[in-house]
Amino acid sequence: METVPADGLIAASWLLIALPLAGAAVLLLGGRRTDRWGHLLGTGTVVAAFVLGLLCTLQLGGRRVDVDLFTFVSTGSLDVQAGLLFDPLSAVFVLLITGVGALIHVYSIGYMAHDPRRRRFFAYLNLFVAAMLLLVLGDNFVALYVGWEGVGLASYLLIAFWHERPSAATAAKKAFIMNRVGDVGLALAIFLMFAQLGTVSYDGVFGAVGTLAGGTVTAIGLLLLLGACGKSGQFPLQAWLPDAMEGPTPVSALIHAATMVTAGVYLIARCAPIYDETPTARAVVLAVGAITLMIGAIAGCAQDDIKKVLAYSTVSQIGYMFLAVGLGPVGYVAGLAHLLTHGFFKAGLFLGAGSVMHAMGDSVDMRRFGGLASRMKVTFVTFGLGYLALIGFPFLSGFYTKDAIIEAAFDRGDGWGYLLGGVAILAAGLTAFYMTRLMLMTFFGRPRWEPGVHPHESPTVMTAPMVLLAVGSVLAGFLLVVAFPLESWLTPVFGEPEEAEHVVAPLVVSVLVTVVMALGVLTAWLFVGRREVPVTAPVRVSPVTRAARRALYADAVNESLFMRPGQWLTRALVFVDNRGVDGAVNGLAATLGGSSSRLGRTQTGFVRSYALSMLGGAVVVAGALLAVTAG
Amino acid sequence: MSLTHYLVLAAILFTIGAVGVLVRRNAIVVFMCVELMLNSVNLTLVTFARANGTVDGQVMAFFVMVVAAAEVVVGLAIIMSIYRTRRSASVDDANLLKY
Amino acid sequence: MNDVVIGTGEAVVFWVLGPIALAGALGMVLSRNAVHSALWLVNTMLALGVFYVVQEAPFLGAVQIIVYTGAIMILFLFVLMLVGRDSSDSVVETLRGQRVAAIVLGLGFAGLIGAGVARATQGLPVTGLAGVQGGETSNIEAIAEVLFTRYLLAFEVTSALLITAAVGAMVLAHIERDAGTRRTQKELSRARFLTGRPQTLPGPGVYARGNSVAAPALLPDGRLTEDSFATGIEPQEVEQMPRPTGRAELGTPDAALGTLDPAPSDIPGGRDR
Repeated sequence: METVPADGLIAASWLLIALPLAGAAVLLLGGRRTDRWGHLLGTGTVVAAFVLGLLCTLQLGGRRVDVDLFTFVSTGSLDVQAGLLFDPLSAVFVLLITGVGALIHVYSIGYMAHDPRRRRFFAYLNLFVAAMLLLVLGDNFVALYVGWEGVGLASYLLIAFWHERPSAATAAKKAFIMNRVGDVGLALAIFLMFAQLGTVSYDGVFGAVGTLAGGTVTAIGLLLLLGACGKSGQFPLQAWLPDAMEGPTPVSALIHAATMVTAGVYLIARCAPIYDETPTARAVVLAVGAITLMIGAIAGCAQDDIKKVLAYSTVSQIGYMFLAVGLGPVGYVAGLAHLLTHGFFKAGLFLGAGSVMHAMGDSVDMRRFGGLASRMKVTFVTFGLGYLALIGFPFLSGFYTKDAIIEAAFDRGDGWGYLLGGVAILAAGLTAFYMTRLMLMTFFGRPRWEPGVHPHESPTVMTAPMVLLAVGSVLAGFLLVVAFPLESWLTPVFGEPEEAEHVVAPLVVSVLVTVVMALGVLTAWLFVGRREVPVTAPVRVSPVTRAARRALYADAVNESLFMRPGQWLTRALVFVDNRGVDGAVNGLAATLGGSSSRLGRTQTGFVRSYALSMLGGAVVVAGALLAVTAG
Repeated sequence: MSLTHYLVLAAILFTIGAVGVLVRRNAIVVFMCVELMLNSVNLTLVTFARANGTVDGQVMAFFVMVVAAAEVVVGLAIIMSIYRTRRSASVDDANLLKY
Repeated sequence: MNDVVIGTGEAVVFWVLGPIALAGALGMVLSRNAVHSALWLVNTMLALGVFYVVQEAPFLGAVQIIVYTGAIMILFLFVLMLVGRDSSDSVVETLRGQRVAAIVLGLGFAGLIGAGVARATQGLPVTGLAGVQGGETSNIEAIAEVLFTRYLLAFEVTSALLITAAVGAMVLAHIERDAGTRRTQKELSRARFLTGRPQTLPGPGVYARGNSVAAPALLPDGRLTEDSFATGIEPQEVEQMPRPTGRAELGTPDAALGTLDPAPSDIPGGRDR
């Protein structure tokens, strides 16, 4: 579908990015003067961006609008225009980012109330929102890359917000480095596009991608996938995401659950025309999604840290989305719908977890929770709704969108389809297990609180966003799938959906998923709910549990495959540098210095020594003169 | 007997003066040695003036004497002031300007 | 132009005075006492002055004797007297190898220059100065003619050099003393009486046969008074006057008092040697 020039309010959609960016600039440059009202400004810019985004979306009505901003680079044949692309896909993301972002900003006012650096926190959050909006609104890959790096920076700053804690600083570095690995892939993909096609705009690339050789397209697809894996915490770059939970909980909710980590899904969905040309890359996307799905679900079952369970759940859910977008046209809408509903309920779950931590004195150990249902009613209810939405309780959000993905997997019709569908259903069961375990350990059972902890409900400024997100968790699935189908909204982007031939009847899939989910809940109740939960984690456990606790040894593999050889290489290079290069340079310097200081010794200060050398010179001159005249 | 004898004598005197500068430590004696060297040069100048048949060499020797007088005055004053501060007239004692 | 043949008389003068000049130079370098060095140098300069006269430069010869030996060497001796308490060098050479290297290089230099000059001027024709002086024109007139024509500028510049040298010497030798720091006679007298010894030091030669500054004074018991030693001069052996005989033997009241060997502190200014 052709793009149309911007008109009306959409022409001002650059304000979407400019508002939070201005907020960040004011807060960062204003310094301590802005401490008193900084959080209000930060929240205000994002709320304003949300309102603007909503109005733009209402004006959009199924068009693709190109907003020309300015000429970025114009030299000879190279002409890079900076512009925004406001189409149904970006509109969806804009609403998700600004909507959830605004709620989390409000929540942060309460959550960070006692932090002396709250103003800076809001500045970073605003910076993140601005970068994320640039990522989804840019009309070319360079703008996307700038936003991509911007959210990486904001993520780094926010994970390390409490940088005085070594674990937070380490986690931030880990996130940054693993993101860099992915970013290199994205950058290479953009270089490749520019080298082959001479353009980096979406329209230019997607229009010409059919003319490229198959291998090139596959390479671009795989490199883009590498970038997406890095940002979205997908296999093999999934290890940073659980560690990123060291950041403040609102950060985990906004960046590491709802928005930034879904940038990979956005990238693959946006590049659908590229993946349409390369079944190989698409199959790899599929494999990555399926593997991550299982890794996240298995690891989530054995964690005791409430935020880590949610983090592995995020890894697993994004695996679902990758699986969906890897399925091709039938899965894009399902994946994006799941992305949106996941944004709601996972953000809600994280905010709930933050509320629990707030009540429990910043403890994250679920083994020291228990029995919180009666003490924190609002948190319990909102968290419970999010939980039900996540495990796919019938007619809540997750039910609609997850079923759609599993149906789409079966609809492939071949053996792979059945395998992927089976994996997805199994993971749904595991999801139900670990989330039920989390619920039971946190809200039910006997209190196992540490001494001196007095749980209390959080203030309204924190519970209100949780309630709103809980409502979203309940209704989003119904709204997106049944009431106002996302499918038809996204038609301008992905084209008219083809009528799928269902291999397995949707009803059968729904029933099957629900049964497996119920089995998971039941198992969790049998293992966790019926017995007393030990306050410390049992040491004598099965190898499977041990592996799950260590996230299937992802860190160990990374360390032994990359970190240690890297350290050896570094050490060798340091040795060569110190002994070889420095040795040569220092040796030369020492030789010169030593010989010159020895030469300086001849300047004794004794005039007679100098006179002696003068006479010596005179003798030489006289001898030379004589030799010349005589010869 | 020829003028060469004068010249060789002047060369020997010059060398003795130079060696004296090198081996003596008393600044005043060193100065005397310098005077000796100047005198030997004067002898050379006078000898060559005679050989060439002009008095230019003699005028030159005259200038050398004038300069030598000025040099002796300033040099002895310097020796005096060094002696006043260091209580020594040895050239070896004034050796602070070194590496 | 005829070559001038050097006469026998000149040769005699050369062979007599040449060795004297050489001996003077060597003596100057070799004598340990700076005053001796100066006297040796005067010797050499006088010889050179005679050489100038012989070589048809009587004006320079006179200037050499008057200015060099007369003025400059006296200046040297003045400074020597001001400075020269420790003017004799020690024999030990402090710079390692300096003496040997100086002698070797000196011999080499003398050999090279001497050989070179001898080789280059062998059979050098002697024009002589008969063309420019002699007859009507004296040596002084010839020099003046050249000096005040061709070398006029250099001559004028020389005056600047001399003025500068005179001013420089005054500046260097002048001792700056702050006004008011000079002690008055009253203060000096006061300071003297505050010491343990207000009276004057004994003069030299008292009770001794000689009255040279080198002869120290004697105490009544025949010992030397250290206070009367001249600075910088080794005290001479004093030949004492014959003592009055019989004083000790006769048992005079002096002897009864037993003051022949008094404690050093009893003698005013006397210290035991």
